[in-house]
Amino acid sequence: MNQPLHHPTRVVNRGDRLFRGILRLFGLVVLAIALLILVELWEVARPSVERFGLRFLIETQWDPVREQFGALPFVYGTLVSSLIAILLAVPLGLGVAFFLSEMAPRWLREPVSFLVELLAAIPSVVYGLWGLFVLVPIIRSLELAILRTGLSRVPLFSGAPYGIGMLSAGVVLAIMIVPTVAAVSREVFRAVPDSQREAALALGATRWEAMKVVFDYGRPGIVGAVVLAWGRALGETMAVNMVIGNQPIISASLFSPAHTMASVIASEFNEAVEPMHVAALAEIGLALLGLTLLLSALARLLVLRVERRSRGRQAAQGVTSP
Amino acid sequence: MAVPIRVEHLNAAFGPFQALHDVTLTLPARQVTAIIGPSGCGKSTFVRCINRMHEETPGGRVWGQIYLGDEPVYGPDVDPVVIRRRVGMVFQRPTPFPTMSILENVVAGYTLLPGRPRDLESLAERSLRQAGLWDEVKDRLRDSPLNLSGGQQQRLCIARALAVEPEVILLDEPCSSLDPISTAKVEETIMELAQRYTVVLVTHNIQQATRVSQHTAFFLLGRLIEFGPTEQLFTNPANEQTEAYITGRFG
Amino acid sequence: MSQEPLAATHLPLSRWGISRRQLEGRIRRRRWADRIIRGLMVASVVVVLIPLFSLLIYVGRSGIQGLDLAFFTQLPKPVGMPGGGMANAIVGSLILVGLAAAIGVPVGVMAGVFLARSTSRLADGVRFVAQVLNGVPSIVVGLAVYGLMVVPMQTYSAWAGGVALALIMIPLVTLNTEEMVRLVPRDLNEAALALGVPAWLATLRVVVRTALPGILTGIMLALARVAGETAPLLFTALNNAFWHQGLSNPIASLPVTIYNYAISPYPEWHQKAWTGALVLVAMVLITNVLARFFGRSRYDRR
Ligand SMILES: Nc1ncnc2c1ncn2[C@@H]1O[C@H](COP(=O)(O)OP(=O)(O)OP(=O)(O)O)[C@@H](O)[C@H]1O
Ligand SMILES: [Mg+2]
Repeated sequence: MNQPLHHPTRVVNRGDRLFRGILRLFGLVVLAIALLILVELWEVARPSVERFGLRFLIETQWDPVREQFGALPFVYGTLVSSLIAILLAVPLGLGVAFFLSEMAPRWLREPVSFLVELLAAIPSVVYGLWGLFVLVPIIRSLELAILRTGLSRVPLFSGAPYGIGMLSAGVVLAIMIVPTVAAVSREVFRAVPDSQREAALALGATRWEAMKVVFDYGRPGIVGAVVLAWGRALGETMAVNMVIGNQPIISASLFSPAHTMASVIASEFNEAVEPMHVAALAEIGLALLGLTLLLSALARLLVLRVERRSRGRQAAQGVTSP
Repeated sequence: MAVPIRVEHLNAAFGPFQALHDVTLTLPARQVTAIIGPSGCGKSTFVRCINRMHEETPGGRVWGQIYLGDEPVYGPDVDPVVIRRRVGMVFQRPTPFPTMSILENVVAGYTLLPGRPRDLESLAERSLRQAGLWDEVKDRLRDSPLNLSGGQQQRLCIARALAVEPEVILLDEPCSSLDPISTAKVEETIMELAQRYTVVLVTHNIQQATRVSQHTAFFLLGRLIEFGPTEQLFTNPANEQTEAYITGRFG
Repeated sequence: MSQEPLAATHLPLSRWGISRRQLEGRIRRRRWADRIIRGLMVASVVVVLIPLFSLLIYVGRSGIQGLDLAFFTQLPKPVGMPGGGMANAIVGSLILVGLAAAIGVPVGVMAGVFLARSTSRLADGVRFVAQVLNGVPSIVVGLAVYGLMVVPMQTYSAWAGGVALALIMIPLVTLNTEEMVRLVPRDLNEAALALGVPAWLATLRVVVRTALPGILTGIMLALARVAGETAPLLFTALNNAFWHQGLSNPIASLPVTIYNYAISPYPEWHQKAWTGALVLVAMVLITNVLARFFGRSRYDRR
């Protein structure tokens, strides 16, 4: 070609270049923060990691005075309490999301979703306070009632009805993560194209049957919502700390006091004088971080998959319609 | 003030896709030149090359040259910001800045820059008069522009472009989202503008081109097919593709 | 309201090998199932809202009993002595949240603008990291800041607490800012550029300015969120029974004080905890409502 070529070596306004540099810098700050959190946590935890390694996570004895640091009771408490929370919160959250996106009349939608979001805005420590003085007595009478029916031979319901314990923690956590499940699933339902719903309705399905189609379509997204909520539950500290009883016990009973990874850090870190105790608590923090990272990566992947799929379909529809 | 625009071997691409191929023509000063052609033929890309907006699109590349009068638009020491001060542009959809009042919108070309210029009110009035909007908005200059009709918003955008005193005005389908009455008003404004500016009007509407332009360029698939006086191009096109287009055989 | 399944009357039943009775029975069962399921959905909303109302009522009723002027103006009194307040904790919380905002808002907003304006690999990485940070438990952030600041400074401090809260704020603000900036139509940016405005000014004075209500809403929600955080303060800001003594010393905060009072064995302190909770919840809820009132960006889909 014989035309004068212009290569885009354009003069960028000096202000623009500076501005872009500054923005980049702030982007890098976010990366630096993540790195810093990782490095600092590692630094504090290092003595413990070096001495105990991963074995730490499967040892059952936690006795700082005798320098015995086995974190399994906390891992167990974290997993079980969050599992209870998930089992309670997922059906409720899905119900709320379904109600809001498919059933509620318009005038009811705003206030109900506002209230559900409020649930997410209330500070953890206030949940703990309410849990300790309002929920725990209720759970205690519930436990008493269960024991009276003679179910105490079932290991799940054995032990003394303190009220304080795994069950209370699970219930408080469930209340706290319902908004997450509801909000994310609502987004997922919203991403389901109307054509899917209408096709089912046109075939003579009831609303519920049509909704099954919606559930089906959004399943990866819903799983994503569950995983996201689970991540929240794992890291929740104060409310759990105030109602779980804070004892490193591994018990099959729902009524038994227990402890979680986040909760033990909160209760013992300030009292810890032995350097190894401090490090062991930080290693629990490190493990907790690993666990939540794993879950949040998984959740992101799942939610992304649905979004991409629905976006792809919308784009495809956009091409064919004028 | 107004200068002709000389376009020489202009090419433009979006990443690997070349949208303009070797376009050469001269748009005369103090006239309206209409750009017509079927959708996707590169009309917008063409006018966006003139004020160096094309390079703002991700992947946008330009080669070839354009001159405003004698000065090149592209070159290692040409600042696109300066070019854009000299070449104003109005878009297909009205784009008033929603956070500013009507008055602030008109003078946005000054207030968005650092420094405090004086006497913006009279400048605003002059621009609004030029755009034929003054009488309709003079009592509500402090209102939000979002309360104006689509046609009024479009003329507000014209006034905003005029306020920076450019030499060239590019209008990319300025009437496509307007009703017939607003369209007539905007067309009137465009014809007025031609007395002082070099005006480039992209349009889908052949009647509009015949009504307001003196010259017309017909584009097809990224190439300039025909360029000439409007009357000639529409009554006696030299190219059969042009004829096919204006008689409605495609588009 | 409900969509009725097809009536059974005009169907060529013989072809499907079922009698009309069977079909009608099946439809009736489906209709019942539909009603029950829908009832369950409504029930789940009720079940979810019961704890909310219970909590608000308890916090309101129990909290208001200890609510007096002294609560906002006096230091806590030792156990057994009547009166006293949480003035130091309230002021401390304001200081901590102020510090967090001073650090977290500029970083979060600028990083969010970066994400919205850049198409680079770096931006994708930063976005991913911000999303991941958003899921990091706040107690873990507290531990990290302990290592970052408390260990080298050899003291708990308001600074450390403020930084911990800022680190929690930053991903929230970043991601929200990006979303709000992206909602602003490209046209506005182009219109400003076409006026001969340099890109950075077009970004700041048109695009960010247009997104500002939504950005502010996000900032307020993030502030409300960190104002209630307890865990990251436990071993950064610690606590303090007195008025704050500069930013390099431990400082009281409302959430930590509520926590300490709630788990104490003294009923008077429990009362104080409820009142503190009332103040905290009121602060958080008012901020939430205000944030909503400020409104999201005008280009939000809602
Ligand atoms: N951002 C983009 N990325 C890739 N290709 C693009 C982009 N914008 C436009 N194109 C392509 O470039 C070609 C010219 O587009 P242009 O917008 O200039 O057409 P046009 O003549 O203005 O059409 P219309 O009349 O519909 O406005 C088209 O084929 C279009 O598909
Ligand atoms: Mg176009």
